[in-house]
Amino acid sequence: MAGGRVIISVASGKGGTGKTLVATSMVLSLSDKGRVQLLDCDVEEPDAHLFLKPTFTHREAVSIPVPRVDERKCTYCGKCAEVCVYNAIAVMKEKVLIFPELCHGCGACSYLCPEGAISEEGKEIGVVESGYSNGVRFVHGKLSIGELMAPPIIRRVKQHVASEGIIIIDVSPGTSCPVVDAVKGSDFCLLVTEPTPFGLNDLVLAVELVRKLNIPCGVVLNRSGVGDRGVEEYCHRGNIPILLTIPLDIEIAAFYSRGIPLVEGIPQWRESFLNLFNKIGEILNK
Amino acid sequence: MKEVVVLSGKGGTGKTSIVGSFAALAKSKVLADCDVDAADLYLLLRPLTQQKHEFWSGQVAFIDEEKCTQCGLCQEVCRFQAIEDFRVDPVSCEGCGFCYQVCPAEAITMRENLSGHWFISDTRYGPLVHARLGIAQENSGRLVALVRQQAKLSAEKQGLDYIISDGPPGIGCPVISSLSGANLALLVTEPTLSGIHDLERVLGVCHHFGIPALVCINKYDLNEDNTRQIESYCLGQGIGIASKIPFDDVVTEALVQGLPVVEYSQHSVTHEIETLWQTVTKALGA
Repeated sequence: MAGGRVIISVASGKGGTGKTLVATSMVLSLSDKGRVQLLDCDVEEPDAHLFLKPTFTHREAVSIPVPRVDERKCTYCGKCAEVCVYNAIAVMKEKVLIFPELCHGCGACSYLCPEGAISEEGKEIGVVESGYSNGVRFVHGKLSIGELMAPPIIRRVKQHVASEGIIIIDVSPGTSCPVVDAVKGSDFCLLVTEPTPFGLNDLVLAVELVRKLNIPCGVVLNRSGVGDRGVEEYCHRGNIPILLTIPLDIEIAAFYSRGIPLVEGIPQWRESFLNLFNKIGEILNK
Repeated sequence: MKEVVVLSGKGGTGKTSIVGSFAALAKSKVLADCDVDAADLYLLLRPLTQQKHEFWSGQVAFIDEEKCTQCGLCQEVCRFQAIEDFRVDPVSCEGCGFCYQVCPAEAITMRENLSGHWFISDTRYGPLVHARLGIAQENSGRLVALVRQQAKLSAEKQGLDYIISDGPPGIGCPVISSLSGANLALLVTEPTLSGIHDLERVLGVCHHFGIPALVCINKYDLNEDNTRQIESYCLGQGIGIASKIPFDDVVTEALVQGLPVVEYSQHSVTHEIETLWQTVTKALGA
């Protein structure tokens, strides 16, 4: 916790375990505690706005720089194709082919072109929208349909991280690059799981990820009451705190299905989410 | 040979449970787990690994401290903020090689990166091709493409009729990689606002790449208003609803037992999944 700011990411490994439920209820419970911000970094399938229904005040396109060759200057020397490890450029006898969907926007081709024939132009791959909802500052990113690369959009969403206050980050499922980009820089990572063999398998992977990033973590066990005790036994053995347990409950599922945050549907839950936040604070202050 | 890939946009809608049941129902098929970040299908199919292969993909920059003159050019050109204090953060490095190209002291080398493993296994339902992307690695799309390619080779070699792929959540790189060129996408959704929103986006991806799609509404009775909304949306899009599966605890019970639900129970869930598989085979033109 640096300079009056705490960043908590909510991740899971397995999809559909309740990340968005936890992230949205947590920010709403904390909204009278000063500046609170929710960043939805699940840019492939952002859903937090369905629950918080923010008023958007700002929208920016996210582009990645892709090369554009000035064929009047180009000598077809092939340097650009040689340095591009993504195979996004092919140089023929008198033609340069560019495959923008393979380009990562590293900029090596334009910098290294001996003729100065390559400039860069933006190719839009998604948007970042920001606004507010019920005292919560809200930012999310959306990858455009058919685009491959989520990380540049996630990084742009994270440029909006406030300089103070409580920041909650909703992360996509999995353990690869989009999750790393979303979780990186957090003070704490909450891992939401369910008490099933799938939940356990993916929790183990998620724990490995946050440990690799050196971020302390704790577990939220959702839909407790079904399944088995594998997750609890694993957490006990590995000394990973279970900070909140949410039962499998038809009423909770019904509010979720209608896009109603848990703490609005059943206000008694507010206390539980405040407790969750306090427990995280205790761990961080140790 | 025909290939169906099971996708959902939103995670946790039941893709793997359905694919596990298809494994038990379909004759003459190879199974492919294309969720290489958080692969769970093996928990139901209990494979015996026949072949294990390394997946080398991409490179990571490495700075030789002895040769480095600390001129800072590498840090200046890197667009992924992967170099700090003349050290490379391997998690942030995208392997573009820009730093390696420009370093005047030739202090930077690019090292091959072992980013995961892939397997060909036997299960009592037939061959399974699956993979494990290393924690925090990139190139999941390439690993997915490799899994599909190997599944296709297996199917060809053994003269099998179907490839059944369990896809990843989301709409980005690994999803596009598991979808391109498939004969059919089966989209599993649930009657929640998030499920509907995410279905629309993944269906957009199917349209974008010209892949025919069918929709399955899982746990349809959890919110019948939303189910009707999905039905009318699909009708408007000209997409068939292949099945509506009721919510039933037996799905989780079967999972805890490590069994496909169609082998565990004779409840209506099982009958629905049997009908679903018949609909899928019809759509595949078999």
